[in-house]
Amino acid sequence: MTTRIDARFAELKQQGRSAFVTFVMAGDPDAKTSLDILKALPKAGADVIEIGMPFTDPMADGPSIQAAGLRALKGGMTLRKTLAMVRDFRKDDNATPIVLMGYYNPIYIYGVDSFLADAKEAGVDGLIIVDLPPEEDTELCIPAMKAGLNFIRLATPTTDDKRLPAVLANTSGFVYYVSITGITGAATADSNAVSEAVARIKRHTRLPVCVGFGIRTPDTARAIAENANGAVVGTAIVDVVRGSLDAEGRATPKTVPAVADLVSTLAQGVRGAKQAAE
Amino acid sequence: MNPNLPNSFRSGPDERGHFGIFGGRFVAETLMPLILDLEKAYADAKADPAFQAEMNVYLKDYVGRPSPLYFAERLTEHLGGAKIYLKREELNHTGSHKVNNVLGQIMVARRMGKKRIIAETGAGQHGVATATLCARFGLECVVYMGAVDVERQQPNVIRMEMLGATVVPVQSGARTLKDAMNDALRDWVTNVHNTFYCIGTVAGPHPYPMMVRDFQSIIGHETRKQMQEAEGRLPDSLVACIGGGSNAMGLFHPFLDDPSVEIFGVEAAGHGLTQLHAASLAGGRPGVLHGNRTYLLMDADGQIEEAHSISAGLDYPGIGPEHAWLHETGRVKYLSATDEEALAAFQLLSRLEGIIPALESAHAIAKLSELAPQRPKDHLMVVNLSGRGDKDVPQVGDILKGRKK
Repeated sequence: MTTRIDARFAELKQQGRSAFVTFVMAGDPDAKTSLDILKALPKAGADVIEIGMPFTDPMADGPSIQAAGLRALKGGMTLRKTLAMVRDFRKDDNATPIVLMGYYNPIYIYGVDSFLADAKEAGVDGLIIVDLPPEEDTELCIPAMKAGLNFIRLATPTTDDKRLPAVLANTSGFVYYVSITGITGAATADSNAVSEAVARIKRHTRLPVCVGFGIRTPDTARAIAENANGAVVGTAIVDVVRGSLDAEGRATPKTVPAVADLVSTLAQGVRGAKQAAE
Repeated sequence: MNPNLPNSFRSGPDERGHFGIFGGRFVAETLMPLILDLEKAYADAKADPAFQAEMNVYLKDYVGRPSPLYFAERLTEHLGGAKIYLKREELNHTGSHKVNNVLGQIMVARRMGKKRIIAETGAGQHGVATATLCARFGLECVVYMGAVDVERQQPNVIRMEMLGATVVPVQSGARTLKDAMNDALRDWVTNVHNTFYCIGTVAGPHPYPMMVRDFQSIIGHETRKQMQEAEGRLPDSLVACIGGGSNAMGLFHPFLDDPSVEIFGVEAAGHGLTQLHAASLAGGRPGVLHGNRTYLLMDADGQIEEAHSISAGLDYPGIGPEHAWLHETGRVKYLSATDEEALAAFQLLSRLEGIIPALESAHAIAKLSELAPQRPKDHLMVVNLSGRGDKDVPQVGDILKGRKK
């Protein structure tokens, strides 16, 4: 089965370039602005979109993404509304892959089977669930595969060669390499170390490898995209959303254009890189 | 009662860390290799007689074990029913049961060659125990504590700093224990190569709930022996307070397969179960947080709700997964006590027995007025006095002073 994610990476491979993956928080700062941001992303150069599912206790995220999640929750965002947002986005765009990223509890409470059915129907292509390691694959990963959704696994600097096969076993779509040990938005990725790690992962899998955490600038994005099949930027985008809000934390006319500007600058960085050698 | 009862209530968790559907390992990939290392290091330590022998020396000469099992004669007379014994964990070095577990984990950390220890703390008792053992073994110690708790538990903050620990006030969320645990996990993800996370209760990813329970089970093992010596038989009932539930798990576990022993856990009902509280079994449902599946306080969308208790140590929206399982199987009965009931019990025990209990333990004492009078005079009831109230003296003093005005 070919998913939108598979199709997009095949297409990029033909074009000889790496993917630019953007992360935005669903409902930040409100549902309407968030949908407008989402719609602006492909035009600004996003090849794959990750949408954060807000959660009160995002243990692997730094202060920026945590605050974005809390802004969204304060604005009344729910998992159901996140799916509705994807459905709205799909009315105009049937090609850009959408990956939901977050933590397991809201999905567990929604009900795994109904969530997977609703997510598939809404036009979601993949899931990244931070707190579900391969040891808990029966919870969501295997049901997601059966439902036709990609389950994208995180590999990290602590995932050694012995453990990698277990991590990759049920992974599909792409592998998300976390470039640092730490939370989102903390350290800056070291492109040499990342390049070694990507090469190591590629010895174990034919899946595309995208790299995230610690990428904020077009230069870092370019350096990462030279060696990986994609570069993921989240915190920098979320920070631009925050910076555009008024004193009460509401969206302003600057919000959507500010995000689009940053995304197109970063996209130029990624597009300046050559496709990673296979 | 669940019809599919196990042959033993003491055999869990399974190899994947599950007690029924509860427990497990729900953590970021960065931490998984370390958690698997820890699981192995703990299994090795458990099988090594030298580890146990070394632990026993420290438990006796440093912690001051065994802790006494004291017949509370005046409290018994006052309540007019069951014969009440207090298991005196508050007499341990550092003033609570927390030291039993921290000693064990620090010894495992040393076997793993870890030089930096992090911990989260609510009331500060776990933080003080961790800071103490780190001082003893020359390890760097960083303690995460909600900013609200830093305010209301000043004596313990000062104590931790005197012991050489760095106390980090956590400003996120409600700035209490849950947020301290999130920040401790963030630190661990960041410094995973040299850092050991010393979890303070029977929660978190496997093997923590099992490991902490094992280290705390000394409470129940001693109680069995001491009650045999005092009365020539097992106790008839056990009572302990529950936040995460480590003191309770430690007392209960050695008795779980004795059907004659009634077991009661007491959650914090805060302002009442229909208002703000910290009773995850009475007011929550199963969910996944902080590395395990257990009962949690949350809204309809699976977002975690803030807990409230007068006691910073019970102010947590979850509970250890083994308690969740014991609740669903019906083996342990879970009750709850409000802030007001705990305050009253705090004063009652102070005045009748000359023992100022921690506000946490006062929740267990509070339920005695319901449990003890209904039982015959030859009924032997053991209450875990998990900690002493020195840390709560300023807070309770302020509340009582405010009421006199």
